[in-house]
Amino acid sequence: MTALLVVEGVGKRFRGLTAVDRVSFTLAAGEIFAVIGPNGAGKTTLFNMIAGVLKPNDGAISFCGERIDGLTPDAVCRRGIGRTFQIVRPFPGLSVEDNVLIGALLHRKDMAAARRCARDVLGRLDLYDKRGVQAASLTLPDRKRLELARALATDPKLLLLDEVMAGLRPTETDRMVEILKTLNRETGVSILLIEHVMRAVMALAGHMLVLHHGAPIASGKPEEVVRDPAVITSYLGQETVI
Amino acid sequence: MKALWGEMNGRGRVVLAVAVLLLLLAPTVATRYLVSVLTLIFYFVYVGQAWNLMMGYAGQLSLGHALYVGVGGYVSAALWVHFGIGPWLGVFPAVLLAASFGAAIGWLGFRFGIEGVYFALLTIAFAEFTRIGFDHIDVVGGAGGLFIPYEEARLGEWWNLRGGQLFFYYLAFGLAAIAVLVTALLARSRLGYQWRAVREDEAAARALGIDAFRAKMKAILISSAMTAVGGVFYAFYYNSLFPAQMFEMSRSIELILGPIVGGLGTVFGPVIGAFLLTPLGEILIGVTEALGINAPGAKAVFFGLTLMVIIYLVPTGVWPWLSKTLGLTGRRS
Ligand SMILES: Nc1ncnc2c1ncn2[C@@H]1O[C@H](COP(=O)(O)OP(=O)(O)O)[C@@H](O)[C@H]1O
Ligand SMILES: [Mg+2]
Repeated sequence: MTALLVVEGVGKRFRGLTAVDRVSFTLAAGEIFAVIGPNGAGKTTLFNMIAGVLKPNDGAISFCGERIDGLTPDAVCRRGIGRTFQIVRPFPGLSVEDNVLIGALLHRKDMAAARRCARDVLGRLDLYDKRGVQAASLTLPDRKRLELARALATDPKLLLLDEVMAGLRPTETDRMVEILKTLNRETGVSILLIEHVMRAVMALAGHMLVLHHGAPIASGKPEEVVRDPAVITSYLGQETVI
Repeated sequence: MKALWGEMNGRGRVVLAVAVLLLLLAPTVATRYLVSVLTLIFYFVYVGQAWNLMMGYAGQLSLGHALYVGVGGYVSAALWVHFGIGPWLGVFPAVLLAASFGAAIGWLGFRFGIEGVYFALLTIAFAEFTRIGFDHIDVVGGAGGLFIPYEEARLGEWWNLRGGQLFFYYLAFGLAAIAVLVTALLARSRLGYQWRAVREDEAAARALGIDAFRAKMKAILISSAMTAVGGVFYAFYYNSLFPAQMFEMSRSIELILGPIVGGLGTVFGPVIGAFLLTPLGEILIGVTEALGINAPGAKAVFFGLTLMVIIYLVPTGVWPWLSKTLGLTGRRS
């Protein structure tokens, strides 16, 4: 398998605080890769460095063989990385369809083609019937799916999903897992997932990385990682698994 | 035309077509005074629409648009007065200079992350500095003003904008119609959606690959260039320009009230706004005169109160409410 995303010794400090400490991993094309860890472990910071929101203090990030660290967020997106925000940020005053249309317009100059793409994506994410509704009036689960839809419409090779399951009920979580699996299988899109809901991680990820105080403490196949003593004491021990 | 047509359903189209027809025929029956009021309305539709593109669609608040009106007017008038260069030619350098001011403000504001009210302050500062500058530029008359002379021989040279009231009526109507069309087109374009995204949430827009800086620069360039054309019209219609009068902040405010009252980020908001506010201003002048109130600012107070009532009743603007109530814009299929 070819490497899509390569993160090498990446670090980020905020004043005195080391939020991310020399993290390295490789995500293969077509893979679903999860990053887990307790609150404040540095997951979102790591994400923001990949997405171009933050510039790393150390290390390098390459995507499709090219350095992307230090690029602006829009440039990163144009290279083929779509993202969601942990705290969802739909365009509140626009309709659901227009939210997704804006994503679709990135690689489509033709308005009709972009609208078709937007509707197609909305259909995949069970939002087609709500396409005319103002985004501000959606419920949280719908907003989470709208974030995903908008990012998908930009035709990413890699999706960065920051806690898309958080705040969802178990049935909604299962539906989201199913949606992501289908997307991955049918479109071949790779997914980098930050998740707290272990059930979802176990169901989706082929590989995972555990962060603790910014540093990687374990990585590998999910079944192996959850049995790792370091992981159990520092993370899983404190929280209910499954 | 298609973009504009698309805004409306069947009933809306009928209303629009009838309104356009009535306005085209109005001068045949209307008094000279009414024609002049309508001309002023069209002017405010035009400049209001230019401002609406930047604020209503791209979400960038400018409180200094008088700058572009003034620069546009001054450049074209000075070229005519001093070099005999007609406005059809003079409009190009006028637009170029105004857009350069726009580019400078945009670059400073957007590159250095000066946002919201701070950006608005920057636009006010530029307009104020320019006003003070023009007070001291002798070639355009300084504080004493610049006048386009009345020349009997040139009357009727419409190609030099030396026409009568009727000529300016149709010119203003044409400008307003073009501004509405341009807005309808832009609103449905890729750029229009990029603007909305930046307006709604800039970080989210960038995460979708939108170069927010470029989108905002395009907004201020298009808006300032369009506004400058309005300035050319203004100069040749009124024939006199004073820095204090052209660049004053109240001029900037005056041209943004229409879009705000009519509905920001809508194609017809600035139209409705101008059709409401301009006559209202005229009525208030009449009323205060009839009542013998000549306290300074009496008109402004009434005007302000009326605006407060309208904004209280329809906070998102008159047009969204009106089009819904009258059923002029249908749901998209
Ligand atoms: N912009 C910032 N400025 C200062 N500290 C920050 C900033 N962003 C995150 N941090 C800190 O960095 C650490 C990691 O945060 P974060 O990446 O959000 O963790 P996670 O997503 O794993 O919960 C936390 O201690 C947080 O307080
Ligand atoms: Mg986080």
